[in-house]
Amino acid sequence: MSEDVGIIVRVSGFVVEARLDGDLSISERVWVGEPRLAGEVIALRSDGATIQVYEDTQGLRPGEPIVGSGQPLSAVLGPGLLGNLFDGIQRPLDALKASSGDFIGRGIETPSLDPERRWTFVPRADQGAAVVAGQLLGVVQETELLEHRILVPPDLGGRLAWLAGEGELGVEDRVAVIETAGGDEVPLPLAQRWHVRRPRPVGARLRPDVPLITGQRAIDTFFPLAKGGNAAIPGGFGTGKTVLQHSLARWSDADVVVYIGCGERGNEMTEVLEEFPELTDPWTGRPLMERTVLIANTSNMPVSAREASIYTGITIAEYYRDQGHDVALMADSTSRWAQALREIAGRLGEMPVEEGYPAYLAARLAAFYERAGRVRTLGGDESSVTVIGAVSPPGGDFSEPVTRHTQRFVQGWLALDADLAHRRHYPAIDWLGSYALQADAVASWWTDEVGPRWPENRRRALDLLQEESGLQDLVQLVGPDALSDEQRWTLSGARLVREGFLQQNALHPVDAYAVPERQALLLDLLLTAHRLGRRRLEAGDPLDEIQRELDLSTLIQLRQEVPNDALDRLRERRDALRTELDGLDGESDGAAGDHDEPDEPKEDTREEEEGA
Amino acid sequence: MITDLVREYHGAQHLAGPILIVEGIDDARSMEMVEIVSPGGDVRLGQVQETAEGRAVVQLFSGSDGLHLPDLTIRLRGRPFATPVGREMLGRVLDGLARPRDGLPAPVPETRVEAGGTAINPAARAYPRQHIETGISAIDGMNTLVRGQKLPIFSGNGLPHDELAAQVATHARAGAGEEDFAIVLAAMGVSHDTAERFRDALEGSGALEQSTLFLNLADDPPIERLITPRAALSLAEFLAFVHGMHLLVILTDMTNYGEALREVANRRGEIPTRKGFPGYLYSDLASLYERCGRIAGREGSITIMPMLTMPSDDITHPIPDLTGYITEGQIVLDRDLDRRGVDPPINVLPSLSRLMKDGIGEDETRADHQDVANQLYAAYSEVTSARSLAQIIGEDDLPGRQKRYLRFGEAFEQRFLNQPRGEGRTMTETLDLAWRMLDLLPREELTRIDDRHLDAHHRPQAGGAEAIGRSADTGRPDGEE
Ligand SMILES: Nc1ncnc2c1ncn2[C@@H]1O[C@H](COP(=O)(O)OP(=O)(O)O)[C@@H](O)[C@H]1O
Ligand SMILES: [Mg+2]
Repeated sequence: MSEDVGIIVRVSGFVVEARLDGDLSISERVWVGEPRLAGEVIALRSDGATIQVYEDTQGLRPGEPIVGSGQPLSAVLGPGLLGNLFDGIQRPLDALKASSGDFIGRGIETPSLDPERRWTFVPRADQGAAVVAGQLLGVVQETELLEHRILVPPDLGGRLAWLAGEGELGVEDRVAVIETAGGDEVPLPLAQRWHVRRPRPVGARLRPDVPLITGQRAIDTFFPLAKGGNAAIPGGFGTGKTVLQHSLARWSDADVVVYIGCGERGNEMTEVLEEFPELTDPWTGRPLMERTVLIANTSNMPVSAREASIYTGITIAEYYRDQGHDVALMADSTSRWAQALREIAGRLGEMPVEEGYPAYLAARLAAFYERAGRVRTLGGDESSVTVIGAVSPPGGDFSEPVTRHTQRFVQGWLALDADLAHRRHYPAIDWLGSYALQADAVASWWTDEVGPRWPENRRRALDLLQEESGLQDLVQLVGPDALSDEQRWTLSGARLVREGFLQQNALHPVDAYAVPERQALLLDLLLTAHRLGRRRLEAGDPLDEIQRELDLSTLIQLRQEVPNDALDRLRERRDALRTELDGLDGESDGAAGDHDEPDEPKEDTREEEEGA
Repeated sequence: MITDLVREYHGAQHLAGPILIVEGIDDARSMEMVEIVSPGGDVRLGQVQETAEGRAVVQLFSGSDGLHLPDLTIRLRGRPFATPVGREMLGRVLDGLARPRDGLPAPVPETRVEAGGTAINPAARAYPRQHIETGISAIDGMNTLVRGQKLPIFSGNGLPHDELAAQVATHARAGAGEEDFAIVLAAMGVSHDTAERFRDALEGSGALEQSTLFLNLADDPPIERLITPRAALSLAEFLAFVHGMHLLVILTDMTNYGEALREVANRRGEIPTRKGFPGYLYSDLASLYERCGRIAGREGSITIMPMLTMPSDDITHPIPDLTGYITEGQIVLDRDLDRRGVDPPINVLPSLSRLMKDGIGEDETRADHQDVANQLYAAYSEVTSARSLAQIIGEDDLPGRQKRYLRFGEAFEQRFLNQPRGEGRTMTETLDLAWRMLDLLPREELTRIDDRHLDAHHRPQAGGAEAIGRSADTGRPDGEE
């Protein structure tokens, strides 16, 4: 399969031009030069090819051989992905370390998945039966929690000529043989390959209307993500993109998390590597590493492999999705990936259109975010890939091309604000500049599962913040004395929402993660306190007395004092405020449903699920 | 690939700035080191940037004045640019290409390594968790430096960044109190004067023996600046990871480095992006900064403190911007504080140490450290709001809460940030001083601090202002919220 197909005629950085005497295809994985560096064909001409090399090309010279593989650049997909750390072209970094030491060597061939490791395969199909793409052949318990389903590959179908019995298999061992309609016998190893630049097909796309619960109040309650949705987190340096992405990787209620460190810091990957095995998944109590796949192509690793890392990651995500799992993918940072595209385009002499980026930047971004989705798999399961990409605008300028184009293609926009970050308001999600197009779609989940007041409280809190912003403009013009007591109390309410709810310290053991019910209760409590204050003002109580008695600073501290398993404390406090409010409340404000329990699911309102 | 297969060619065809094109070559290796020899014997160094059948593009690392193309001998060295490393180099002053600059014979290297370095495998790193006391309250208290961190100083022309770096270096060394602490300075395009001041500071504190200075000064060839930090980091890596030493590497001034990179890129006709810098500026800077850190199972560490002057004090300029995206935080100096006599003039709001969280706390510094830092940040940002309000309505008409914050802000800047040069504070002194600042605020305002720390440390002062003996509105009682 691998043979000399040509020679190098030019080397410029990571781009190599070759003269061919054999055949190569576009996207084919090749070995370049005497050190056999990993590369991929990115352009073909009648007698030559352009190759991007995924390793440092230092030392290459004209005349050295190019060797083809007959295969496109592919991900190896099978048991053993979870808990692993790969580089951008899916070389396991542990194995690289074993063969080249603490610094990454070149031209090292390491299998992506350890061929020695045995997995217990349990067949779940009948030999001789007709099988279609995506059909279950058998399972492997990959980790305590995750049943890894071995499926008929998406592009194959026919008769199951042979299926392995229950027993120990390695990833390279044959698990099945499928006889196609044309009579070919196709042997399937336990681990399959898939061309990373080609989205894996699905049965149908469904509407994402179940929230991805992240435990982050500003996200779940204000700007919710949906399972199968996509979102971007733009923000200048130090605004908290990575901490937020790490929090999402930690706390999200996904079955599998794929985390791509794309052109960012080595230490950030080390941090995950050191911490995730020690941390337990709040949903299952198992070590987080058991559901996580890490891809690290840090800023000092080859830039072309950085470009590939995004595709490697999303292909792995789709692979688990096809098994029926909910997958969340974080890419930190998509801007580094876009810059890699720019560098490659520059080396190829392509025409830049804006800030040096090639014309296809927008199309590539769109295609990447499009690979998110809630789907019905070929095998008939419902599952999802949620994609959350960090964006790093140069100079914090959101009008630059990557940020601008990304905004066109995502449903969630969690804009981080440098000013908030400087004031240590974390997460620095700018409530006025962010949005979640999925918010309406997931509202019914909240009202069904958590309590009916979610949409209304969310709206009220956002309104308070909006009013605050207007009042602040006013203060800037005429000074605080011009404000009425009602307006001052509005500012206090906004402060409660900002400091008592939106701020969330990712480093604080109690604060870092709040279950949905806790979020709903806390917000309800804070808003009840605010309503109570307003009612007392209306009743003629002086503002400073109200402020003193309601004691804003203790309310603000509740978020880090009441843990997920002591929600009664919040409930009692809220109920006490409510009783007091009821005492004052004659009729006004009393919209119907105002006092519904926010913490008891309403059974009758579940909407019809929408397929597609 | 370090094979020494030397080949020679005669004559070159084209020269533009630092880019030399040699035709008739088929076997130049990518990134191979090149010696360009003039008839008189003058040798200049370069590197193959691009190689093709019949042609090599060579980038010079020194000026190209006086080169006469037909007479040149082009010697390809068969290996990449290598730089000497070894313990003997400590105590020496070298030029930007690691040649002696102190009049002494060249140090005997233990070995030579590729200057460009190789990426540390992320799976081999150890996460940095040990703080370094710098003696500067604004850093230790609020932006703690950690061993193995890359923490730059963002400055402006005329601000005292050199003094700050020298102070950090000497205090850190004294605190380390170990023989195996060393300082490597890479100066790029700085003045003789600056270089001298660094030398004097290191000498004055007795650190010179344990330091190596790589000096590319303002009148040295700009192009050499592309090698200087790499030569310095190669030495640092060797000392840290082979000899197990703890290294503090100061890179100054990264703005000059970036401009040299831009010049070469433009000469090569590369597509410019922001402010004319090439698209790979980020990756290039990362190839320097990421050489920082710790490696699991090895003793040493590399801490990098890059310094840069922001053109027109603009933090969105590509050099500070991309630096901030790569480094683990930044210390930002501020012209306004400097004017008001605050020294060091560190503006804490845009400053950040990303590794602080893991390097402080009960085991490392003190249990209240994180809360105190969070509270100082929150309070100081209130000061900013109060000041802008005071500008509109006048200080006298400010509500009591805001007035209190103004007083806090004044004390914080004059007593906490400001500290006499050369007088380092211990971590305990810094944290205790921080509490004295917080004493100026009532307990209700301190929502970022755990009650047990408040009980232990907070001693609110009713009159706050007297404690600092200055403030315009001392006479007015602070009243309503
Ligand atoms: N939710 C949070 N809670 C506490 N600290 C945070 C939070 N978000 C960000 N930070 C602080 O901000 C710093 C920078 O955040 P980071 O995510 O690394 O920024 P970015 O990736 O945008 O450059 C972190 O090191 C941490 O100190
Ligand atoms: Mg980041």
